[in-house]
Amino acid sequence: MNTKLTKVLATSIAAVALTATLAGCGKGSASSSTEGSGEIALWTHNAGNPDELAAVQKIVDSYNGSQDKVKIKVQAFPQDSYNDSVVSAAAAGNLPCIVDIDGPNVPNWAWAGYLKPLELDADLSKQLPSTVAEWDGKPYAVGYYDVALAMMARGSDLKAAGVRVATIEQPWTKEEFQDALTKLKGLGKWEYPLDLGTAGTGEWLPYAYSPFLQSFGGDLVNRDGFQSADGTLNGDKAVAWAEWFRGLADQAFMAKKSGKDSTQDFLNNKSAIVYTGSWAGDKAKAALGDDLVVMPPVDLGEGPKIGGASWQWGVTSKCSNSEAAMDYLSYSLKPENVAAVAKATGAIPASNEAAAQIPAFAEDGANRIFMDFSRKYAVMRPETPAYPFIATEYGKAVQDILNGADAKSTLDSAVKAIDANIKSNGGYKN
Amino acid sequence: MKNQLLLRSAGAMLVRILFAVVAAFPIVFMLVSSLKPDQQIFGDMSSLAAFLPIGNISFDNYAAVFDRVPAARFLLNSVGVSAVTVILGIFVNSLCAFALSRMQVRGKKIVFTAILATLIVPFQTLALPLVWWVNQLPYFELNGFSLEFSKGWLDTYQVQIIPFIANAFSVYLFHQYFESIPKELDEAARIDGAGWFKIYRQVVMPLSGPATATVAILTFLPAWNSYLWPLMVVQSEELRPVMIGIQYFFQLNVSWGEVMAYASLITVPVVVLFIAFQRSFVNSIASSGVKG
Amino acid sequence: MIAPAAVLLLAFIFIPAILGFGLAFTNARLISPRPVEFVGVDNFARLFTDPTFYRALLNVAYFTVVIVPVQSGLALVMALLINKKFRGVNFFRTVYFLPVVTSMVVVSLLWLFMYRKDGLINEILAAVSFGLIDGPDWLGDPNTAMPAIIILSIWQAAGFHMIIWLAGLQGISGELYEASQLDGTSRWQQFRYVTWPGLFHTRSLVLVTITIQALGLFDQISVMTQGGPMDSTTTIIYEAVQSGYRQQETSYASAISLVFFVLVLIVSAVQRYLTREKD
Repeated sequence: MNTKLTKVLATSIAAVALTATLAGCGKGSASSSTEGSGEIALWTHNAGNPDELAAVQKIVDSYNGSQDKVKIKVQAFPQDSYNDSVVSAAAAGNLPCIVDIDGPNVPNWAWAGYLKPLELDADLSKQLPSTVAEWDGKPYAVGYYDVALAMMARGSDLKAAGVRVATIEQPWTKEEFQDALTKLKGLGKWEYPLDLGTAGTGEWLPYAYSPFLQSFGGDLVNRDGFQSADGTLNGDKAVAWAEWFRGLADQAFMAKKSGKDSTQDFLNNKSAIVYTGSWAGDKAKAALGDDLVVMPPVDLGEGPKIGGASWQWGVTSKCSNSEAAMDYLSYSLKPENVAAVAKATGAIPASNEAAAQIPAFAEDGANRIFMDFSRKYAVMRPETPAYPFIATEYGKAVQDILNGADAKSTLDSAVKAIDANIKSNGGYKN
Repeated sequence: MKNQLLLRSAGAMLVRILFAVVAAFPIVFMLVSSLKPDQQIFGDMSSLAAFLPIGNISFDNYAAVFDRVPAARFLLNSVGVSAVTVILGIFVNSLCAFALSRMQVRGKKIVFTAILATLIVPFQTLALPLVWWVNQLPYFELNGFSLEFSKGWLDTYQVQIIPFIANAFSVYLFHQYFESIPKELDEAARIDGAGWFKIYRQVVMPLSGPATATVAILTFLPAWNSYLWPLMVVQSEELRPVMIGIQYFFQLNVSWGEVMAYASLITVPVVVLFIAFQRSFVNSIASSGVKG
Repeated sequence: MIAPAAVLLLAFIFIPAILGFGLAFTNARLISPRPVEFVGVDNFARLFTDPTFYRALLNVAYFTVVIVPVQSGLALVMALLINKKFRGVNFFRTVYFLPVVTSMVVVSLLWLFMYRKDGLINEILAAVSFGLIDGPDWLGDPNTAMPAIIILSIWQAAGFHMIIWLAGLQGISGELYEASQLDGTSRWQQFRYVTWPGLFHTRSLVLVTITIQALGLFDQISVMTQGGPMDSTTTIIYEAVQSGYRQQETSYASAISLVFFVLVLIVSAVQRYLTREKD
């Protein structure tokens, strides 16, 4: 019985295996090593975002149709593991010609020698400054869009609580914010009136919360030479930020760990104020209509701040046909292309020309306010190759502080780790 | 006395059922939730309805899954990769165990110890050097009549298969089982003039169905479930295995119904396979006498 | 005939392991333009002054000390429950084994969802206690995060060790039981004097496999808690992956791996010594 079963099993499995192997025919074609015949690979983080992927694919298709020298081939990865996949490909020397990179990581990549400085026909000076990543005075990556974080609420809730709507002219101050949360909490409609997306992980943590730190007057690292975080990430202002941030949770204004989808929770009326990005603007508008108010982040001392730079495109240094890759990037920066991607993502288009093509972002459009936020408040994350390391240390510190760790000593140990890392890399100098 | 016995067996049955409920409830929850829209998953959470396919039941989530990821392709890849790993694993490891069990090899003990030592190296710690290393390995393919060489295994099927063929635990299981097969049997075959390979093929292996089934399942599971490794070495979408697909669902607007549907989709085949071979597997591992 | 397996193990475990261990004494980074230099034991010096590393050690010790007896005990109970032939035995065997065939990634996601403050686990707790228990935010609280991970890990893996126990149980000859029954021993005595000694070899196998598995804790952590909150669930392997990958400090990660390897070796040796046959 057993041997018979095993035999049947073995034969059937063997058959399936053979078919599968043949069907796949061995090697995939995503990497640079198969780029002989005028084919250029392009990697993007959009496997889980069909709309943006389709928009990118459309640009590629139209480029491929516009000339017959090269063909661009898109390879999409899911975002959560994109960086892991790309970094291992880089370590193994197997990068494609064109890569999609999260803006703040560009200096690290440029420093490591994986990217070529961009030499584009397109005029980069027309781009929103935060959509061009520079390192050592040269541009290394350029994006189609930026995103801006904002506070969204229902106008009716604010009115009921007797809280004024914050505006670009007059953002909430720290005290006003405290007052607003107290009043909203007093309405008794929500367990936690505020949702800052505290369930987020990875790059979300520095992206979302370092602007608060900067608004307090601290920073992730001393930007003068980028050699140390001492005094900026653990100074009095940084400690004040940490205590304020934890205070929001201690006073039960927000959950230490929010739901996985903050926007959805807000729309389901599980929170009064949500801190989310321009990408949620259309969805919220559709659900709430005119009741939706979009407000700038809180002014915690140094004015409201927003993290600048989103996903951008670069050309790798080992690319055998970088001219074509550059040519594609120039082509893709045409206003109509930029507008198409921005539209698909609900993000802020990278140029005014593109913005003019999207009603929501044109003058007086519903989403124009995000563009204004971005222009007025955007702070780039520190443009240093140390950034990926700083980001993980900061992210961990944020989570620990939120969970009750001592602010000063947590920040001190983050500073210690960051400084040691910078030093062991020879200051990340060229 | 009889009552007492009855009571005892009823008690045992109750405990069995309790354990079964604990073992099964998350999986039932997953399957049931995969049929519901998100709103209802949350709504049902506070009642028994969480475990019952009632209310607004549909296969919408499954339709959405196939929209969102190339699920069929991923399934095919995983089936292929797992199957080849299992077949080659059975062959290579049983061969090794056979030699260790039957042949006079010098330094046998050291070899066996060295093989077992590999069990204590967790894969995660090897992964990084391994990525670099496999990309240095030569690769060849038949192109028409010419053999073409190139360097680097990244982004292939074999990089998902070959490093996982040899496995110390499989060698160990085969070895223990072979030891329980009387040596007189192969001596008889030797007298008839059979060579080692013939003894392996015609005497020992046919008697080792149980051990083979055990190794098959224990090789299949990690191959099917592999996640970290393909993340690092496979770039082409058309070569990705099922576990990577999960990531697709967490990029925007997490729909738990879809997550549950995809999770069910990649779990159910394994469960069905297991149920199909359950009898031979459980019996086999039991009779294979894993005796330490 | 050993060759194919030996070559493969050599190529895909020994060589990368040695490569990795070698890196531990350099300043190699995942991506960097700087030349790799030999730095002696710098990485180890840093490791032994890193409080997170000690926290990881502590967490893994906690995890292992709970998992080894509880999981092997429950697995033994399960094996005893389905050792006898009775109607539906195959059904129970299958159901008990079900969690094992479910991928840890899937299991982690599933439990991540169930462990939410308003999730299934807390709803069940509230239901069975008639609303008395207001469950914690399991993974969000440093005090409950590790226990939550432990529960899920036992749930997932106990079936596997049940099978190993079952194999051992079936290996004990029925004659011994018959003999003890004639002597009129109680069930407990039977277990104590027949079953338990009969499981001698199985015991050490279960012990070794659970221990090695427990020390290498990673998947659940990576999906569910990322080591938090406040390092309460970080582990040695998680730290190695985190620093080697996300923080690009390959050499430091290699040092962690090397220390881990030595640690497992020591634990295994001690276990072997303690469970040796005493004649």
